Amino acid sequence: MTKKEIFRISAFKENSVWRQILGICSALAVTNLMVNSLIMGLGVIFALALSCFTISLLRSYTPRSIRMMVQTLIIAAYVIIVDIFLRAYIPVVSKQLGPYVGLIITNCILMGRAEAFASQNKPLDSLIDGLGAGVGYTLVLLVISFIRELFGFGSLFGIKVFGDWWTNWSIMVMAPSAFFILAMFIWVINVKYYKNKA
Amino acid sequence: MDISAFILFWAAIFTSNILLTNFLGMCSYLSVSREIESSFGLGISVIFVLTITTGLNWLVYRYILVPFDIIYLQYIVFIIVIAAFVQLLELIIERYAPALYYTLGIFLPLITVNCAIFGVSLFMVIRNYNFLQSIAYGAGSGIGWLMAIMMLAAIRRKLKEKLVPIGLQGVGISLIITGIMALAFVGFSGIVQVQ
Repeated sequence: MTKKEIFRISAFKENSVWRQILGICSALAVTNLMVNSLIMGLGVIFALALSCFTISLLRSYTPRSIRMMVQTLIIAAYVIIVDIFLRAYIPVVSKQLGPYVGLIITNCILMGRAEAFASQNKPLDSLIDGLGAGVGYTLVLLVISFIRELFGFGSLFGIKVFGDWWTNWSIMVMAPSAFFILAMFIWVINVKYYKNKA
Repeated sequence: MDISAFILFWAAIFTSNILLTNFLGMCSYLSVSREIESSFGLGISVIFVLTITTGLNWLVYRYILVPFDIIYLQYIVFIIVIAAFVQLLELIIERYAPALYYTLGIFLPLITVNCAIFGVSLFMVIRNYNFLQSIAYGAGSGIGWLMAIMMLAAIRRKLKEKLVPIGLQGVGISLIITGIMALAFVGFSGIVQVQ
């Protein structure tokens, strides 16, 4: 497999959110504002790509029996870096994301990629695979938050799009809409690209 | 945070349900809810582990992390506490209650990666709960999670004979059901505010 192919497969064809149904928690929780989704996505890309790289580097030195623990600790180390960075440079967003930054550690996407790909492949391939999965995840987050912020606040990235005539749909800011939009999104993707294979 | 532990317990079940309003524990919620029996088994284990690890993590946070000024290590420490506790629990159950081990044992490894467990510990730190509040919040969240997964499992059993659009089968329809459940739970909000 070429590097480009690895990226394409992990970002789109086998996308973690709509194909493997992983990482749903944060995909739903942070998507009421686009800025939050973007920052969260970038955080996941960083943590995912680098932890896949590190796990792959250490794969032949890691005893099988404590593999999971080692992987979790590597992931946790990178997530702490993301958390400290956010706290120092963008405290407002860090406060809004709250526990969900820390929850990247238990995000199934990271463990999933580490188990399925990084523990068997070369470091550079794993890095690209992690990047791909992260980009695919961010894409889903941005699509969902686009809809939620547009209708819920009448704005995009915090900039007003609709004028004063717009009445905010408060349902879009609340929890239930996140479930509905993600379900619709998965439905559309399934019908359009995977035809009956759902 | 001056809210009584008792109120917090009920709030964690209804007004701020861990799954329906905070979206935690979705992965195992979606994959295990195919069967009612296993949903119940997993739910019970979640209540148990959640209550105790939240208490443990509170003690660790208050008496180890804060005095030694290593709060930035909280993620790693919490994860280790949870993983170690689950492992220990598995050993104890296997040794002393083999019958229970065969029904609950298979769910224990799943619990370590359940983000609800870790999430509750983080909420506890962010919202500055005291020990009693933490335990109450942990237990309430666990019960709320059990309730949510049981409801979904029951509805999904009914759905088996119904026609669902092809692209929506499986996860899609589960998410829509969850959305409707969340909508119903919005009705509880406003009774008590937990932030």
